[in-house]
Amino acid sequence: MIEILSTPTLVTVQDLGRSGFYRYGVCRSGAMDRLSLAIGNLLLGNDRNAAGLEIPILPFRLRFDADVNFAITGADCAAELDGRPLPPYWASRADAGEILTLAAPRAGCRAYICVAGGVDVPEVLASRSTQLREGFGGLDGRALVKGERIKAVGNEILLPKGGLGAVPPTALSGPNPSPIIVRVIPAAEYDDYDETSKAAFWTAEWKVTVQSNRAGYRLEGPELNLGRPIELRSHGVVPGVIQVPAGGQPIIQLADAATMGGYPKIGVVIDTDLSLIAQARPGDSLRFVETDLAGAGHAHEETDAYLAALERDAGLQHRLAVTWRKQ
Amino acid sequence: MNAAAVHLEKPRITPLGSCAILFEAPGEFDLEHQRRIWALADAAAQWDTVVEAVPGMTNLILLLSEPPCELDLFRTLLQDAWESGAEKHVEPTVLKIPIVYGGEGGPHLHDVAEGTGLSVDEVVRIHTEPDYTVYAVGSHAGYCYLGGLDARLFMPRRKVPLLSIPAGSLSVAGLQTGVSASAGPSGWHTIGRAEISFFDPERRPPALLKPGDIIRFMAERIVA
Repeated sequence: MIEILSTPTLVTVQDLGRSGFYRYGVCRSGAMDRLSLAIGNLLLGNDRNAAGLEIPILPFRLRFDADVNFAITGADCAAELDGRPLPPYWASRADAGEILTLAAPRAGCRAYICVAGGVDVPEVLASRSTQLREGFGGLDGRALVKGERIKAVGNEILLPKGGLGAVPPTALSGPNPSPIIVRVIPAAEYDDYDETSKAAFWTAEWKVTVQSNRAGYRLEGPELNLGRPIELRSHGVVPGVIQVPAGGQPIIQLADAATMGGYPKIGVVIDTDLSLIAQARPGDSLRFVETDLAGAGHAHEETDAYLAALERDAGLQHRLAVTWRKQ
Repeated sequence: MNAAAVHLEKPRITPLGSCAILFEAPGEFDLEHQRRIWALADAAAQWDTVVEAVPGMTNLILLLSEPPCELDLFRTLLQDAWESGAEKHVEPTVLKIPIVYGGEGGPHLHDVAEGTGLSVDEVVRIHTEPDYTVYAVGSHAGYCYLGGLDARLFMPRRKVPLLSIPAGSLSVAGLQTGVSASAGPSGWHTIGRAEISFFDPERRPPALLKPGDIIRFMAERIVA
Protein backbone atom coordinates (compact mmCIF):
# COMPACT_ATOMS: atom_id res chain seq x y z
CA MET A 1 0.00 0.00 0.00
CA ILE A 2 1.04 3.55 -0.71
CA GLU A 3 -0.63 6.46 1.03
CA ILE A 4 -0.93 9.85 -0.66
CA LEU A 5 0.03 12.46 1.96
CA SER A 6 -0.42 15.61 -0.07
CA THR A 7 -1.41 16.09 -3.64
CA PRO A 8 -1.96 18.90 -6.10
CA THR A 9 -4.93 18.75 -8.44
CA LEU A 10 -5.20 16.16 -11.16
CA VAL A 11 -2.79 13.44 -10.14
CA THR A 12 -4.17 10.53 -12.14
CA VAL A 13 -3.49 6.86 -12.82
CA GLN A 14 -2.40 6.45 -16.45
CA ASP A 15 -0.97 3.76 -18.69
CA LEU A 16 -0.06 4.25 -22.35
CA GLY A 17 -3.71 4.97 -23.18
CA ARG A 18 -6.89 3.44 -24.51
CA SER A 19 -7.01 2.02 -27.99
CA GLY A 20 -9.79 0.39 -29.97
CA PHE A 21 -12.77 2.40 -28.73
CA TYR A 22 -12.31 5.63 -30.68
CA ARG A 23 -15.38 4.90 -32.80
CA TYR A 24 -17.46 5.02 -29.62
CA GLY A 25 -16.02 8.43 -28.81
CA VAL A 26 -13.50 7.19 -26.23
CA CYS A 27 -10.35 9.33 -26.44
CA ARG A 28 -6.83 7.97 -26.06
CA SER A 29 -6.33 9.31 -22.53
CA GLY A 30 -3.15 7.79 -21.03
CA ALA A 31 0.12 9.39 -19.98
CA MET A 32 0.78 12.75 -21.64
CA ASP A 33 4.48 11.83 -21.75
CA ARG A 34 4.22 8.20 -22.79
CA LEU A 35 7.96 7.82 -23.19
CA SER A 36 8.70 8.75 -19.57
CA LEU A 37 6.03 6.34 -18.29
CA ALA A 38 7.49 3.54 -20.44
CA ILE A 39 11.01 4.26 -19.15
CA GLY A 40 9.84 4.07 -15.53
CA ASN A 41 8.12 0.77 -16.18
CA LEU A 42 11.11 -0.80 -17.95
CA LEU A 43 13.45 0.17 -15.08
CA LEU A 44 11.19 -1.87 -12.80
CA GLY A 45 10.89 -4.85 -15.13
CA ASN A 46 7.21 -4.00 -15.77
CA ASP A 47 5.34 -4.19 -19.02
CA ARG A 48 5.89 -0.76 -20.58
CA ASN A 49 2.11 -0.24 -20.56
CA ALA A 50 1.74 -0.79 -16.78
CA ALA A 51 -0.20 1.92 -14.94
CA GLY A 52 1.67 4.64 -13.06
CA LEU A 53 0.86 8.02 -11.52
CA GLU A 54 1.01 11.19 -13.59
CA ILE A 55 1.77 14.21 -11.42
CA PRO A 56 1.29 17.49 -13.29
CA ILE A 57 1.78 20.09 -10.60
CA LEU A 58 4.11 19.65 -7.71
CA PRO A 59 4.87 19.35 -4.81
CA PHE A 60 3.64 15.87 -4.01
CA ARG A 61 4.22 13.55 -1.07
CA LEU A 62 3.44 9.92 -0.39
CA ARG A 63 4.33 7.25 2.16
CA PHE A 64 5.17 3.67 1.35
CA ASP A 65 3.35 1.33 3.75
CA ALA A 66 5.25 -1.70 2.49
CA ASP A 67 8.62 -2.40 0.85
CA VAL A 68 8.29 -1.82 -2.88
CA ASN A 69 10.35 -0.94 -5.95
CA PHE A 70 9.40 2.34 -7.57
CA ALA A 71 10.70 4.66 -10.29
CA ILE A 72 10.46 8.39 -10.90
CA THR A 73 10.69 9.69 -14.45
CA GLY A 74 9.63 12.74 -16.45
CA ALA A 75 10.04 16.17 -14.86
CA ASP A 76 13.14 16.60 -12.67
CA CYS A 77 11.52 17.49 -9.38
CA ALA A 78 14.33 17.06 -6.84
CA ALA A 79 12.84 13.81 -5.54
CA GLU A 80 13.84 12.70 -2.06
CA LEU A 81 13.22 9.40 -0.32
CA ASP A 82 13.26 10.11 3.42
CA GLY A 83 15.56 13.07 2.76
CA ARG A 84 17.95 11.17 0.47
CA PRO A 85 18.06 12.80 -2.97
CA LEU A 86 17.20 10.63 -5.98
CA PRO A 87 18.46 11.41 -9.47
CA PRO A 88 15.92 11.93 -12.25
CA TYR A 89 14.87 8.82 -14.22
CA TRP A 90 15.71 6.59 -11.32
CA ALA A 91 14.33 3.37 -9.84
CA SER A 92 14.97 2.30 -6.27
CA ARG A 93 13.66 0.29 -3.36
CA ALA A 94 11.52 1.97 -0.73
CA ASP A 95 11.22 0.49 2.74
CA ALA A 96 7.91 0.50 4.56
CA GLY A 97 7.38 3.84 6.29
CA GLU A 98 9.62 5.87 3.99
CA ILE A 99 8.29 9.12 2.57
CA LEU A 100 8.81 10.18 -1.03
CA THR A 101 8.76 13.90 -1.72
CA LEU A 102 8.64 15.61 -5.12
CA ALA A 103 9.38 19.34 -5.15
CA ALA A 104 8.60 21.95 -7.80
CA PRO A 105 10.21 20.80 -11.04
CA ARG A 106 13.68 22.08 -12.00
CA ALA A 107 13.00 20.85 -15.52
CA GLY A 108 9.88 19.66 -17.28
CA CYS A 109 6.27 19.76 -16.20
CA ARG A 110 4.96 16.26 -15.40
CA ALA A 111 6.52 13.60 -13.21
CA TYR A 112 5.66 9.90 -13.33
CA ILE A 113 5.82 7.45 -10.46
CA CYS A 114 5.82 3.81 -11.47
CA VAL A 115 5.65 0.91 -9.01
CA ALA A 116 6.59 -2.76 -9.25
CA GLY A 117 4.02 -4.50 -11.43
CA GLY A 118 2.09 -1.26 -11.96
CA VAL A 119 -0.61 0.51 -9.97
CA ASP A 120 -3.30 -2.05 -9.13
CA VAL A 121 -6.54 -0.76 -10.61
CA PRO A 122 -8.99 -2.71 -12.78
CA GLU A 123 -8.76 -2.60 -16.54
CA VAL A 124 -11.74 -0.83 -18.11
CA LEU A 125 -12.11 -0.90 -21.91
CA ALA A 126 -8.68 -2.46 -22.27
CA SER A 127 -6.77 0.19 -20.29
CA ARG A 128 -6.10 1.40 -16.75
CA SER A 129 -5.98 5.05 -17.78
CA THR A 130 -8.27 7.56 -16.12
CA GLN A 131 -11.04 8.86 -18.38
CA LEU A 132 -11.71 12.12 -16.55
CA ARG A 133 -14.69 13.39 -18.55
CA GLU A 134 -16.65 10.15 -18.48
CA GLY A 135 -15.42 9.20 -15.03
CA PHE A 136 -14.14 5.67 -15.50
CA GLY A 137 -10.78 3.92 -15.53
CA GLY A 138 -7.87 4.58 -13.17
CA LEU A 139 -9.09 5.16 -9.64
CA ASP A 140 -12.88 5.34 -10.10
CA GLY A 141 -12.37 7.66 -13.05
CA ARG A 142 -11.08 10.54 -10.97
CA ALA A 143 -7.97 12.29 -9.70
CA LEU A 144 -6.32 11.13 -6.49
CA VAL A 145 -7.16 12.83 -3.20
CA LYS A 146 -5.20 13.27 0.00
CA GLY A 147 -5.26 10.20 2.21
CA GLU A 148 -5.93 7.93 -0.73
CA ARG A 149 -4.28 4.48 -0.67
CA ILE A 150 -3.08 2.85 -3.83
CA LYS A 151 -1.63 -0.61 -4.30
CA ALA A 152 1.18 -1.95 -6.42
CA VAL A 153 0.54 -5.18 -8.32
CA GLY A 154 4.10 -6.20 -7.35
CA ASN A 155 6.65 -8.35 -9.15
CA GLU A 156 9.69 -10.50 -8.38
CA ILE A 157 12.24 -8.16 -9.92
CA LEU A 158 15.34 -7.25 -7.89
CA LEU A 159 17.02 -3.88 -8.39
CA PRO A 160 20.77 -3.36 -7.91
CA LYS A 161 21.65 -1.97 -4.46
CA GLY A 162 21.48 1.80 -4.77
CA GLY A 163 18.96 1.62 -7.56
CA LEU A 164 18.94 1.72 -11.33
CA GLY A 165 18.79 4.74 -13.63
CA ALA A 166 18.13 5.49 -17.27
CA VAL A 167 19.69 8.14 -19.45
CA PRO A 168 16.64 9.69 -21.08
CA PRO A 169 16.71 10.64 -24.76
CA THR A 170 18.46 14.01 -25.20
CA ALA A 171 15.23 15.89 -25.87
CA LEU A 172 13.88 14.90 -22.43
CA SER A 173 17.03 15.55 -20.39
CA GLY A 174 17.84 18.77 -18.60
CA PRO A 175 15.87 22.00 -18.55
CA ASN A 176 13.54 22.74 -21.47
CA PRO A 177 15.36 24.53 -24.30
CA SER A 178 13.93 27.80 -25.53
CA PRO A 179 12.21 27.31 -27.85
CA ILE A 180 11.31 23.62 -27.61
CA ILE A 181 11.56 22.18 -31.12
CA VAL A 182 8.55 20.10 -32.16
CA ARG A 183 8.13 18.23 -35.43
CA VAL A 184 4.89 18.75 -37.36
CA ILE A 185 3.34 17.20 -40.47
CA PRO A 186 1.22 19.76 -42.40
CA ALA A 187 -2.50 18.88 -42.28
CA ALA A 188 -5.33 19.01 -44.82
CA GLU A 189 -6.02 22.76 -44.50
CA TYR A 190 -2.37 23.86 -44.41
CA ASP A 191 -2.53 25.26 -47.94
CA ASP A 192 -5.69 27.20 -47.13
CA TYR A 193 -3.72 29.56 -44.86
CA ASP A 194 -2.39 32.77 -46.38
CA GLU A 195 1.34 32.99 -47.14
CA THR A 196 2.12 35.22 -44.14
CA SER A 197 0.42 32.80 -41.77
CA LYS A 198 2.16 29.76 -43.25
CA ALA A 199 5.53 31.44 -42.83
CA ALA A 200 4.69 32.64 -39.31
CA PHE A 201 3.60 29.15 -38.29
CA TRP A 202 7.15 27.81 -38.83
CA THR A 203 9.15 30.82 -37.69
CA ALA A 204 7.24 32.10 -34.65
CA GLU A 205 7.98 31.13 -31.08
CA TRP A 206 4.62 29.91 -29.77
CA LYS A 207 4.06 30.60 -26.10
CA VAL A 208 2.31 27.92 -24.05
CA THR A 209 -0.49 29.71 -22.17
CA VAL A 210 -1.92 28.88 -18.75
CA GLN A 211 -5.00 27.55 -20.54
CA SER A 212 -3.20 24.29 -21.12
CA ASN A 213 -4.13 20.90 -19.71
CA ARG A 214 -4.53 17.22 -20.59
CA ALA A 215 -7.15 18.06 -23.23
CA GLY A 216 -5.05 20.62 -25.08
CA TYR A 217 -2.50 23.42 -25.03
CA ARG A 218 -3.58 26.87 -26.11
CA LEU A 219 -0.73 28.75 -27.74
CA GLU A 220 -0.12 32.45 -28.16
CA GLY A 221 1.64 34.03 -31.10
CA PRO A 222 0.98 35.72 -34.41
CA GLU A 223 -2.58 35.42 -35.75
CA LEU A 224 -3.00 32.63 -38.30
CA ASN A 225 -5.48 33.46 -41.03
CA LEU A 226 -7.09 31.38 -43.74
CA GLY A 227 -7.02 32.80 -47.26
CA ARG A 228 -10.81 32.56 -47.04
CA PRO A 229 -13.01 31.19 -44.26
CA ILE A 230 -13.98 27.54 -44.66
CA GLU A 231 -16.59 25.36 -43.00
CA LEU A 232 -15.49 21.78 -42.44
CA ARG A 233 -17.54 18.67 -41.78
CA SER A 234 -16.66 17.17 -38.40
CA HIS A 235 -14.07 14.40 -38.55
CA GLY A 236 -11.93 12.28 -36.26
CA VAL A 237 -9.21 14.21 -34.43
CA VAL A 238 -6.14 12.65 -32.78
CA PRO A 239 -3.69 13.92 -30.12
CA GLY A 240 -1.23 16.26 -31.82
CA VAL A 241 -3.72 17.96 -34.16
CA ILE A 242 -3.14 21.73 -34.19
CA GLN A 243 -6.56 23.33 -34.61
CA VAL A 244 -6.96 27.00 -35.35
CA PRO A 245 -10.34 28.35 -34.22
CA ALA A 246 -11.58 31.83 -35.15
CA GLY A 247 -9.17 34.29 -33.60
CA GLY A 248 -6.17 32.60 -35.17
CA GLN A 249 -4.51 31.26 -32.03
CA PRO A 250 -3.69 27.55 -32.32
CA ILE A 251 -4.68 24.79 -29.89
CA ILE A 252 -2.77 21.50 -29.79
CA GLN A 253 -5.18 18.65 -29.08
CA LEU A 254 -3.78 16.22 -26.51
CA ALA A 255 -4.51 12.97 -24.64
CA ASP A 256 -7.97 13.91 -23.30
CA ALA A 257 -9.14 15.90 -26.34
CA ALA A 258 -12.48 15.35 -28.09
CA THR A 259 -12.27 12.53 -30.65
CA MET A 260 -14.05 14.61 -33.33
CA GLY A 261 -13.89 18.22 -34.35
CA GLY A 262 -14.41 20.58 -37.22
CA TYR A 263 -11.96 23.45 -36.79
CA PRO A 264 -9.41 23.95 -39.57
CA LYS A 265 -6.11 22.26 -38.77
CA ILE A 266 -2.77 23.58 -39.94
CA GLY A 267 -0.60 20.65 -38.88
CA VAL A 268 -0.20 17.69 -36.57
CA VAL A 269 2.60 17.15 -34.03
CA ILE A 270 4.14 13.71 -34.57
CA ASP A 271 3.40 11.16 -31.84
CA THR A 272 7.03 10.98 -30.70
CA ASP A 273 7.13 14.69 -29.88
CA LEU A 274 3.95 14.69 -27.79
CA SER A 275 6.25 13.81 -24.86
CA LEU A 276 8.04 17.14 -25.36
CA ILE A 277 4.72 19.00 -25.35
CA ALA A 278 3.74 17.16 -22.15
CA GLN A 279 6.89 18.48 -20.48
CA ALA A 280 6.42 22.09 -21.72
CA ARG A 281 5.08 24.42 -19.07
CA PRO A 282 3.01 27.58 -19.35
CA GLY A 283 5.43 30.33 -20.41
CA ASP A 284 7.68 27.97 -22.38
CA SER A 285 7.97 28.52 -26.13
CA LEU A 286 7.53 26.01 -28.91
CA ARG A 287 8.83 26.18 -32.45
CA PHE A 288 7.44 23.94 -35.17
CA VAL A 289 9.68 22.32 -37.77
CA GLU A 290 8.23 20.59 -40.77
CA THR A 291 8.55 16.86 -41.23
CA ASP A 292 6.77 14.18 -43.24
CA LEU A 293 5.70 10.57 -42.79
CA ALA A 294 9.23 9.32 -43.48
CA GLY A 295 10.58 11.69 -40.82
CA ALA A 296 7.88 10.56 -38.37
CA GLY A 297 8.68 6.92 -39.13
CA HIS A 298 12.35 7.56 -38.43
CA ALA A 299 11.55 9.27 -35.10
CA HIS A 300 9.30 6.35 -34.20
CA GLU A 301 12.07 3.84 -34.91
CA GLU A 302 14.54 5.82 -32.80
CA THR A 303 12.17 5.70 -29.82
CA ASP A 304 11.52 2.00 -30.35
CA ALA A 305 15.26 1.33 -30.49
CA TYR A 306 15.85 3.40 -27.35
CA LEU A 307 13.18 1.49 -25.41
CA ALA A 308 14.35 -1.90 -26.72
CA ALA A 309 17.92 -1.12 -25.59
CA LEU A 310 16.68 0.07 -22.20
CA GLU A 311 14.58 -3.07 -21.77
CA ARG A 312 17.63 -5.22 -22.56
CA ASP A 313 19.99 -3.28 -20.29
CA ALA A 314 17.53 -3.08 -17.40
CA GLY A 315 16.79 -6.79 -17.76
CA LEU A 316 20.50 -7.53 -17.52
CA GLN A 317 20.82 -5.41 -14.37
CA HIS A 318 17.82 -7.18 -12.81
CA ARG A 319 19.43 -10.58 -13.49
CA LEU A 320 22.81 -9.40 -12.17
CA ALA A 321 21.11 -8.23 -8.98
CA VAL A 322 19.77 -11.75 -8.44
CA THR A 323 23.22 -13.28 -8.98
CA TRP A 324 24.80 -10.75 -6.63
CA ARG A 325 22.32 -11.47 -3.81
CA LYS A 326 23.06 -15.20 -4.09
CA GLN A 327 26.77 -14.68 -3.36
CA MET B 1 -17.88 37.01 -45.55
CA ASN B 2 -19.60 33.64 -45.24
CA ALA B 3 -17.52 30.57 -44.66
CA ALA B 4 -17.47 28.46 -47.79
CA ALA B 5 -18.27 24.80 -47.28
CA VAL B 6 -15.43 22.61 -48.51
CA HIS B 7 -16.75 20.77 -51.53
CA LEU B 8 -14.43 18.21 -53.00
CA GLU B 9 -14.46 16.95 -56.60
CA LYS B 10 -12.65 13.75 -55.69
CA PRO B 11 -11.70 12.01 -52.44
CA ARG B 12 -9.04 13.84 -50.43
CA ILE B 13 -6.59 11.66 -48.52
CA THR B 14 -4.12 13.36 -46.18
CA PRO B 15 -1.91 12.30 -43.27
CA LEU B 16 -3.36 13.26 -39.90
CA GLY B 17 -0.03 13.30 -38.13
CA SER B 18 2.28 10.32 -37.90
CA CYS B 19 -0.16 7.48 -37.18
CA ALA B 20 -3.50 8.46 -38.73
CA ILE B 21 -4.95 9.13 -42.18
CA LEU B 22 -7.95 11.31 -43.02
CA PHE B 23 -10.23 10.36 -45.92
CA GLU B 24 -12.74 13.01 -47.02
CA ALA B 25 -15.47 11.98 -49.46
CA PRO B 26 -16.41 14.16 -52.39
CA GLY B 27 -20.01 15.20 -52.95
CA GLU B 28 -23.03 15.96 -50.86
CA PHE B 29 -23.44 15.73 -47.14
CA ASP B 30 -26.23 13.17 -47.18
CA LEU B 31 -27.18 9.70 -46.02
CA GLU B 32 -26.18 8.01 -49.26
CA HIS B 33 -22.60 9.24 -48.94
CA GLN B 34 -22.60 8.43 -45.26
CA ARG B 35 -23.64 4.82 -45.99
CA ARG B 36 -20.61 4.54 -48.26
CA ILE B 37 -18.42 5.87 -45.43
CA TRP B 38 -19.74 3.18 -43.06
CA ALA B 39 -19.00 0.50 -45.70
CA LEU B 40 -15.54 1.96 -46.22
CA ALA B 41 -14.90 1.90 -42.46
CA ASP B 42 -15.84 -1.80 -42.28
CA ALA B 43 -13.49 -2.60 -45.17
CA ALA B 44 -10.59 -0.50 -43.87
CA ALA B 45 -10.78 -2.02 -40.39
CA GLN B 46 -9.51 -5.27 -41.95
CA TRP B 47 -6.38 -3.76 -43.50
CA ASP B 48 -2.90 -4.41 -42.16
CA THR B 49 -1.70 -1.94 -39.44
CA VAL B 50 -5.19 -0.36 -39.18
CA VAL B 51 -6.07 -0.34 -35.47
CA GLU B 52 -9.42 1.30 -36.02
CA ALA B 53 -11.46 3.03 -38.74
CA VAL B 54 -13.55 5.87 -37.33
CA PRO B 55 -16.39 7.42 -39.39
CA GLY B 56 -16.96 11.18 -39.23
CA MET B 57 -19.40 13.26 -41.27
CA THR B 58 -18.85 11.92 -44.84
CA ASN B 59 -15.24 11.30 -43.86
CA LEU B 60 -13.20 8.68 -42.09
CA ILE B 61 -9.98 8.45 -40.13
CA LEU B 62 -7.77 5.39 -39.98
CA LEU B 63 -5.78 4.96 -36.77
CA LEU B 64 -2.58 3.05 -37.49
CA SER B 65 -0.26 1.04 -35.26
CA GLU B 66 2.82 2.72 -36.77
CA PRO B 67 3.62 5.53 -39.22
CA PRO B 68 3.03 4.37 -42.80
CA CYS B 69 6.21 4.75 -44.86
CA GLU B 70 4.20 6.56 -47.49
CA LEU B 71 0.55 7.17 -48.20
CA ASP B 72 0.38 5.58 -51.64
CA LEU B 73 -0.69 2.12 -50.49
CA PHE B 74 -3.52 3.51 -48.36
CA ARG B 75 -4.43 6.02 -51.06
CA THR B 76 -4.99 3.19 -53.53
CA LEU B 77 -6.85 1.01 -51.05
CA LEU B 78 -9.12 3.86 -49.94
CA GLN B 79 -9.84 5.11 -53.46
CA ASP B 80 -10.64 1.65 -54.80
CA ALA B 81 -12.88 0.81 -51.85
CA TRP B 82 -14.67 4.16 -52.13
CA GLU B 83 -15.18 3.85 -55.89
CA SER B 84 -16.70 0.39 -55.47
CA GLY B 85 -19.70 2.42 -54.29
CA ALA B 86 -20.56 -0.15 -51.63
CA GLU B 87 -23.12 1.10 -49.11
CA LYS B 88 -23.76 -0.26 -45.65
CA HIS B 89 -27.44 -0.46 -44.81
CA VAL B 90 -28.01 -0.79 -41.10
CA GLU B 91 -31.08 -2.41 -39.54
CA PRO B 92 -31.67 0.58 -37.29
CA THR B 93 -32.53 0.62 -33.64
CA VAL B 94 -35.15 3.35 -33.25
CA LEU B 95 -34.79 5.18 -29.96
CA LYS B 96 -37.53 7.51 -28.73
CA ILE B 97 -36.16 10.08 -26.31
CA PRO B 98 -38.57 12.08 -24.14
CA ILE B 99 -37.38 15.66 -23.82
CA VAL B 100 -38.31 18.44 -21.45
CA TYR B 101 -37.92 21.47 -23.72
CA GLY B 102 -37.00 24.80 -22.12
CA GLY B 103 -36.85 25.59 -18.43
CA GLU B 104 -33.76 24.92 -16.36
CA GLY B 105 -32.57 22.11 -18.64
CA GLY B 106 -33.09 24.14 -21.82
CA PRO B 107 -32.03 27.69 -21.02
CA HIS B 108 -31.53 28.74 -24.65
CA LEU B 109 -34.89 27.64 -26.08
CA HIS B 110 -36.05 31.25 -26.17
CA ASP B 111 -32.80 32.40 -27.83
CA VAL B 112 -33.37 29.84 -30.58
CA ALA B 113 -36.99 30.96 -31.04
CA GLU B 114 -35.84 34.54 -31.28
CA GLY B 115 -32.89 33.75 -33.54
CA THR B 116 -34.98 31.71 -35.98
CA GLY B 117 -38.03 33.97 -35.87
CA LEU B 118 -40.24 31.10 -34.74
CA SER B 119 -42.41 30.68 -31.68
CA VAL B 120 -41.24 28.36 -28.91
CA ASP B 121 -43.99 25.89 -29.82
CA GLU B 122 -42.96 25.95 -33.47
CA VAL B 123 -39.31 25.31 -32.56
CA VAL B 124 -40.36 22.28 -30.53
CA ARG B 125 -42.76 21.03 -33.21
CA ILE B 126 -40.13 21.34 -35.97
CA HIS B 127 -37.46 19.77 -33.76
CA THR B 128 -39.62 16.75 -32.86
CA GLU B 129 -40.79 16.07 -36.44
CA PRO B 130 -37.88 14.33 -38.18
CA ASP B 131 -36.28 10.95 -37.75
CA TYR B 132 -32.66 11.77 -36.95
CA THR B 133 -30.05 9.33 -38.23
CA VAL B 134 -26.89 8.72 -36.21
CA TYR B 135 -24.14 9.58 -38.73
CA ALA B 136 -21.20 9.07 -36.42
CA VAL B 137 -20.35 8.57 -32.75
CA GLY B 138 -17.60 10.65 -31.21
CA SER B 139 -16.38 13.91 -29.71
CA HIS B 140 -17.00 12.44 -26.25
CA ALA B 141 -17.90 8.87 -25.35
CA GLY B 142 -21.31 7.86 -26.70
CA TYR B 143 -22.15 11.22 -28.29
CA CYS B 144 -24.14 10.87 -31.52
CA TYR B 145 -23.68 13.19 -34.49
CA LEU B 146 -27.14 13.37 -36.06
CA GLY B 147 -28.31 14.14 -39.57
CA GLY B 148 -31.79 15.45 -40.30
CA LEU B 149 -32.18 18.81 -38.54
CA ASP B 150 -34.69 21.07 -40.29
CA ALA B 151 -32.88 24.04 -41.86
CA ARG B 152 -35.43 26.40 -40.28
CA LEU B 153 -33.71 25.71 -36.94
CA PHE B 154 -30.31 26.89 -38.15
CA MET B 155 -28.54 28.90 -35.46
CA PRO B 156 -24.91 30.06 -35.47
CA ARG B 157 -22.78 28.75 -32.60
CA ARG B 158 -22.67 30.78 -29.40
CA LYS B 159 -20.05 33.52 -29.44
CA VAL B 160 -18.95 32.62 -25.93
CA PRO B 161 -18.91 28.87 -25.29
CA LEU B 162 -20.21 27.58 -21.96
CA LEU B 163 -17.65 25.97 -19.66
CA SER B 164 -19.91 23.02 -18.96
CA ILE B 165 -23.36 21.76 -19.79
CA PRO B 166 -24.74 18.67 -18.02
CA ALA B 167 -25.17 15.19 -19.46
CA GLY B 168 -28.53 14.85 -21.19
CA SER B 169 -28.48 18.39 -22.58
CA LEU B 170 -30.20 18.64 -25.97
CA SER B 171 -28.62 21.35 -28.08
CA VAL B 172 -28.54 22.81 -31.58
CA ALA B 173 -25.98 24.76 -33.63
CA GLY B 174 -25.45 25.16 -37.33
CA LEU B 175 -27.37 22.36 -38.97
CA GLN B 176 -26.65 19.99 -36.12
CA THR B 177 -28.45 18.78 -33.04
CA GLY B 178 -27.52 16.27 -30.35
CA VAL B 179 -27.74 15.17 -26.74
CA SER B 180 -24.63 15.39 -24.53
CA ALA B 181 -23.63 12.00 -23.15
CA SER B 182 -21.57 13.52 -20.32
CA ALA B 183 -20.96 16.94 -18.83
CA GLY B 184 -18.55 19.12 -20.79
CA PRO B 185 -17.97 22.45 -22.52
CA SER B 186 -20.32 23.49 -25.32
CA GLY B 187 -20.61 26.24 -27.89
CA TRP B 188 -24.15 25.18 -28.81
CA HIS B 189 -27.61 26.33 -27.71
CA THR B 190 -29.17 24.07 -25.09
CA ILE B 191 -32.91 23.77 -25.70
CA GLY B 192 -33.94 20.80 -23.58
CA ARG B 193 -33.02 17.90 -21.41
CA ALA B 194 -33.27 14.10 -21.55
CA GLU B 195 -32.79 11.43 -18.92
CA ILE B 196 -30.76 8.89 -20.81
CA SER B 197 -27.42 7.09 -20.61
CA PHE B 198 -25.65 6.95 -23.97
CA PHE B 199 -22.51 5.29 -22.70
CA ASP B 200 -21.57 2.59 -20.22
CA PRO B 201 -18.00 1.29 -20.17
CA GLU B 202 -19.26 -2.04 -18.81
CA ARG B 203 -21.66 -2.56 -21.72
CA ARG B 204 -20.65 -4.18 -25.06
CA PRO B 205 -20.67 -2.20 -27.21
CA PRO B 206 -20.17 0.60 -24.70
CA ALA B 207 -22.11 3.16 -26.77
CA LEU B 208 -25.92 2.92 -26.75
CA LEU B 209 -26.29 3.76 -30.43
CA LYS B 210 -24.30 2.98 -33.57
CA PRO B 211 -24.07 4.78 -36.90
CA GLY B 212 -27.30 4.15 -38.83
CA ASP B 213 -29.56 4.05 -35.77
CA ILE B 214 -32.45 6.47 -35.51
CA ILE B 215 -33.48 8.92 -32.80
CA ARG B 216 -36.96 10.44 -32.41
CA PHE B 217 -37.34 13.27 -29.92
CA MET B 218 -40.69 13.40 -28.09
CA ALA B 219 -41.82 16.55 -26.31
CA GLU B 220 -42.57 15.31 -22.82
CA ARG B 221 -43.18 18.86 -21.65
CA ILE B 222 -42.48 22.41 -22.73
CA VAL B 223 -41.48 24.77 -19.95
CA ALA B 224 -42.22 28.26 -21.19
